[in-house]
Amino acid sequence: MSENVPILSARGLVKRYGRVTALDRADFDLYPGEILAVIGDNGAGKSSLIKALSGAVSIDEGDMTLEGRPMRFSSPMEARDAGIETVYQTLALSPALSIADNMFLGREIRKKGPLGSIFKLLDRAEMEKVARQKLSDLGLMTIQNIAQPVETLSGGQRQGVAVARAAAFGSKVIIMDEPTAALGVKESRRVLELILDVKRRGIPIVLISHNMPHVFEVADRIHIHRLGRRLCVIKPKDYSMSDAVAFMTGAKTPPEEAIAA
Amino acid sequence: MTSSVDTAPAARGAQAYEESLEQSDRSLAEFEARHQSALDRIQHFLHGYPTMVPVIVLLVSVLAFGIVAGDRFFSAFNLSLIMQQVSIIGILAAAQSLVILTAGIDLSVAAIMVLMSVIMGNLAVSMGVPTPIALLVGFAGGTAAGALNGLLVTRLKLPPFITTLGTWNIFFALNLWLSGAQSIRSQDIDEQAPILKIFGENFGMFGAQFSYGSVLMVLIFAALWYLLNRTAWGRHVYAVGDDKEAAELAGIRTNRTLVSVYALAGLVCALGAWASIGRVGSVSPQSFYEGNLQSITAVVIGGISLFGGRGSIMGPLIGALIVGVFQSGLRLVGVDVLWQVFAIGWLIIIAVAIDQWIRKVSA
Repeated sequence: MSENVPILSARGLVKRYGRVTALDRADFDLYPGEILAVIGDNGAGKSSLIKALSGAVSIDEGDMTLEGRPMRFSSPMEARDAGIETVYQTLALSPALSIADNMFLGREIRKKGPLGSIFKLLDRAEMEKVARQKLSDLGLMTIQNIAQPVETLSGGQRQGVAVARAAAFGSKVIIMDEPTAALGVKESRRVLELILDVKRRGIPIVLISHNMPHVFEVADRIHIHRLGRRLCVIKPKDYSMSDAVAFMTGAKTPPEEAIAA
Repeated sequence: MTSSVDTAPAARGAQAYEESLEQSDRSLAEFEARHQSALDRIQHFLHGYPTMVPVIVLLVSVLAFGIVAGDRFFSAFNLSLIMQQVSIIGILAAAQSLVILTAGIDLSVAAIMVLMSVIMGNLAVSMGVPTPIALLVGFAGGTAAGALNGLLVTRLKLPPFITTLGTWNIFFALNLWLSGAQSIRSQDIDEQAPILKIFGENFGMFGAQFSYGSVLMVLIFAALWYLLNRTAWGRHVYAVGDDKEAAELAGIRTNRTLVSVYALAGLVCALGAWASIGRVGSVSPQSFYEGNLQSITAVVIGGISLFGGRGSIMGPLIGALIVGVFQSGLRLVGVDVLWQVFAIGWLIIIAVAIDQWIRKVSA
């Protein structure tokens, strides 16, 4: 896979918060069609890296490219417009709004003609149809009432809605931040299957997770972040979970070829 | 469930500790109806239709006063009179609802309204500016005053309560300065700018006397209902009030939405200013000093959550009517004014308690 050109790539990212350097010349590469897991100890700068890629924070230094074109985001909206969707750990859903409203939040569909252009009338029927379609594409379509508020759903169902939203609009890259952290065993399994489903549709995924079994199960490559930068990239079949944890915590130094990757 | 469960890649497969999941219940993403008690059903129903609470309260109180006070209360004339009496507070409540839906509060609504009525009156009556221009200046001023609140809340990140507590005083002081604490007399308005009083005019229908002011109130609520429920902007208002951070991450320009909400609230207050000149019959800088609190009362009784993001804009219209019905009904049965205030106080507390209960709805 690494013979390809990376779809999303970053070089020398620096992000400082006052005296704290969260990203210290960090590099990043995501290749087409792969699931890249990002792991790292708390405070290693994973979140800052992901926020930089998803437009939630603006970086102080460094370059990012999407499909070879340089890019710089000043808001999540810009990243979304460029085709990068993020499923945040908090899900970024509005609990009181319906499933359909949430899926189209910030990019609603309006009626055609003057009703839409002058009176800004929403096309509810169309939005609900598309939302239903997207959910059933991901095998989530046992939802009877697409107008149901998100707060009446279980944790796994909410995660499903957030993933479906990302999959529906993420044309190039989907970033998932700790998608299984808040879920039970069974719900986690369902979400991992969702992730593999999305991958099968050809969209590359960046998966941030603390859960080693999950990472080793679904990831094609594992980006290990340490002290604000990329320490190494490993393939799950070449290393054990304890190796990964040892690299991540600094207990063990990764071999040269992993650092070069 | 779906076939995607079975097509999970066998190559890597599930973790060993998850093997027993094969036998487990697969109904994870089902949205089946669970068994519910009658109270649960009521709670769920009200969660879906929170405006039903004030609607029921309004119907019950109209019936109750109709029985106790008889025809004096339950006549088309008296009911339309209630509409007239609540029209100004109703319009302020419409403005207040917009802000409260974003989890804010606007203590300056009445001050904006009175300030704009003074500006409209001074321009049209004292300075001889054509009335339409005086009105437009008032609308622009109201929008600007609201936008100022919005900018202070979003740019300086001040709590809405503090911001509008400050601007309430500022607008009130400006109002006293511009008016010289003097009212503009009714006769002067009639001579110079009768259009200012147009919303005080009545028209009769089925024995009722409707004022154009109460029609304006209903039209404002209808327009806001459309904006909030049928446009993307409205969905964003709810999303921002529900969880601002989530709305931001979902791609909504939350600060822009907030400023637009405060500005629109200011415009609605300016419309209220025009209506208030007709209702009061003069321009009085001392009027509606408690209008902000009365508008919050109507919003709360109308079932809009003070925590934002929940409730229908039609609720505060009902809430304003409930207050009017209580005042009219209790007056007609000869109850002292202090007990009217007492009753309104309990209504507020009960309304908020019901809101809290509805919000605890379980999935």
